[in-house]
Amino acid sequence: MRRRGIYLLIFILALLGLSLWSILPVHTNLLGEHGLKLGLDLKGGSYLVYQADLSELGPDENPSEVMKGIKKAIERRIGRLGLSQPIVQAQKQGGEHSIAIQLPGATESEVTEVKKKMVALITFKEQDEEGNWVPAKGTANGEELTLTSRYFEENTEVRLDQLNTPLVVFHWDETGRELSEQITSRLIDKQLAIYLGNKPLLGKDGHPIAPVVRGIIRENGQIEGLSLDDAQELCDLLNAGRIPVPLGTWEGEGESRVFKPNVPFYERSVDPTLGADSIKKSMLAIEIGVALLLLFMILYYRLPGFIACLSLGIYGVILLAIFDLFDITLNLPGVAGFILSLGMAVDANILIFERAKEELRAGRTLAAAAGAGFNRAWTAIRDSNITTFIACAVLLWFGTKLGAFMVSGFAITLFIGVALSMFTAIVITRTLLRLIMGSGVVTDLAAYGVKK
Amino acid sequence: MIDFVGKKSWFFLASGIIIVVGIISLAVFGLRPGVDFVGGTSMTLQFISPSSPVEQSQLRQEIADLGYGKASIRNAEGDFIVHLKGIVSAEEGKKLAQELGEKLGCEVKMTNPYSASPAVGAETARSAGIAVVIAAVAMLLYIAWAFRRMPKPFRWGICAIIALIHDVFIIVGIFSILGWLAGVEVDAMFITGLLAVVGYSINNTVVIFDRIRENVSRHINPDFSVTVNSSIVETLGRSLNTALTTLFVILALFLFGGASIHYFVLVLFLGVIIGTYSSLCISSQLLVVWEKGEWDTLLPFAKKPA
Repeated sequence: MRRRGIYLLIFILALLGLSLWSILPVHTNLLGEHGLKLGLDLKGGSYLVYQADLSELGPDENPSEVMKGIKKAIERRIGRLGLSQPIVQAQKQGGEHSIAIQLPGATESEVTEVKKKMVALITFKEQDEEGNWVPAKGTANGEELTLTSRYFEENTEVRLDQLNTPLVVFHWDETGRELSEQITSRLIDKQLAIYLGNKPLLGKDGHPIAPVVRGIIRENGQIEGLSLDDAQELCDLLNAGRIPVPLGTWEGEGESRVFKPNVPFYERSVDPTLGADSIKKSMLAIEIGVALLLLFMILYYRLPGFIACLSLGIYGVILLAIFDLFDITLNLPGVAGFILSLGMAVDANILIFERAKEELRAGRTLAAAAGAGFNRAWTAIRDSNITTFIACAVLLWFGTKLGAFMVSGFAITLFIGVALSMFTAIVITRTLLRLIMGSGVVTDLAAYGVKK
Repeated sequence: MIDFVGKKSWFFLASGIIIVVGIISLAVFGLRPGVDFVGGTSMTLQFISPSSPVEQSQLRQEIADLGYGKASIRNAEGDFIVHLKGIVSAEEGKKLAQELGEKLGCEVKMTNPYSASPAVGAETARSAGIAVVIAAVAMLLYIAWAFRRMPKPFRWGICAIIALIHDVFIIVGIFSILGWLAGVEVDAMFITGLLAVVGYSINNTVVIFDRIRENVSRHINPDFSVTVNSSIVETLGRSLNTALTTLFVILALFLFGGASIHYFVLVLFLGVIIGTYSSLCISSQLLVVWEKGEWDTLLPFAKKPA
């Protein structure tokens, strides 16, 4: 028995050493660059979600593949801005394909830059009888399609004419040629406006660019009136990392559903300095709370309470190492999960000590009380924690499936925390308790909180 | 020995009253849904050295005059958290702050813009709701299995789940009241807090049930209600100490944590207290009533003279 205890102790120390080694050196209060990875709600930054309008996708195009392409395109576009660790994800939310972008620590102006990059398409618009600008449509491949930059070849370029005016020159692909021919032939001497997202493209004079069609356009076209910088930027958007469908928000239900391009479906920004402030406050609060908790455990449970503090300390170190190892991002719901699991870790210890106390009061020896205390607390620890596990597993599954990140963030930390708290109780507290109670070094019952 | 089981009717009555008050408040005022649930835009407005203190009603009027509609406003430590019905981009939000500043004659800083389409919220609420229902059913099944050696194990599971629903109702009721008293909105964090409470409550109940199970197997007393009461009393030290230690951390977060997590921490705080109460005073007592079939003892007035 003793020998097993020693082996377990060596195992615990090795685990502790390994965990310490993985999280050290600790920078800036365990948080920040090299410490815990913090969610946007804690450290500040922006979270943007755009839905995709896939209504004009051809029958042979796979939506998931298109979304993957868009994700890569956005990654490339944002990559040029030099932000720290942006994350772009293609996901399905509420049955709609969408793109989620996380910009940790991004400032307001950086977020504005990113939003500009979400503009996917140039849409050509014509005027209806009432003078409203509506998308110019034509028929190609047996379908009614809108004329957009989706049908540009990827060789759009900026050229300068004789007067040094910049031109954006583009070439239509096969579908584009068909559409352009139909549309320009019916719009001769009429205006064709150019929209970028939901806004008219403005020239350097500040007016919308809406040239009058002078002849039928088949192969290629050009956009005049932009400043050189704007022309270059537009060209970049149209070539490398092309986004083939509009991104924005679907509004309404069923038939009356309309798509609003460039309006984020979800946008949340937390000011990085405020984030840092709330982190500092919360960390201080948790430190105070944990200090009180440990003090209480020692005052109330005496020697076993001290053992609990040791095992909770080891619990904390291993927990951080696991967060580090699995690259878990801690967000606010995660903190809730952590606090709850801390409560349960303490609870497991309390259950064991209360039981051991009862056994001591019943007149058992120290060694017997340690063993019995653990054995009889075990069913309670097991059943209560398994119930929590079940809840976690369901929440995790649903959270991930439905893209409710706060639900899954909560479930992950709670799951890890509870699993680890069981391990702490079963292995660490039990071993330490057995070694100390069984060693006969401290025999005074008062040290175990039992009144004689 | 404290008689937890004997006073059960009074506990049921107290809980019943609180829940009924909560339900009335819910029926009349409902909950104030945040951006997470109804969409729109929320932002924090900070008024830097205004000539006279800015009033909530005045701010609401100014925002309406600027054409942003009826806003829901909450005071958060001197700053105002404004929730607009429509979706306003961060850029437009800055413009709004600037215009307000001109009208009120001070500098207005806009931070933490947050906007969501109404569809997001409905979905978040639905997915969280479905998850909780499935989790509750799964926990019920596990408890029934864990207590399979007891006669009628499903009763144990159902009583634990009723205690959990009891906790959720009380907290939702309190937040409905806070909604019309202090303009507190419920957001996604509120749901997360409720999930944490659900976990805590069930955990607590199972620990007491475990002791009842053990004492039933040891046949300590032929009367089930005596067995249940001694089980509650035997585990009382543990119940209170666990609640107390968890509350240390939560209370510290409530007092020293930032304003942004204030109401979230309040959910946890209430949850630990109510969860502890329901496991001590509701779940096991329900089990006693059910096991003995004494439904007439549910409420004190219904008690027949012996």
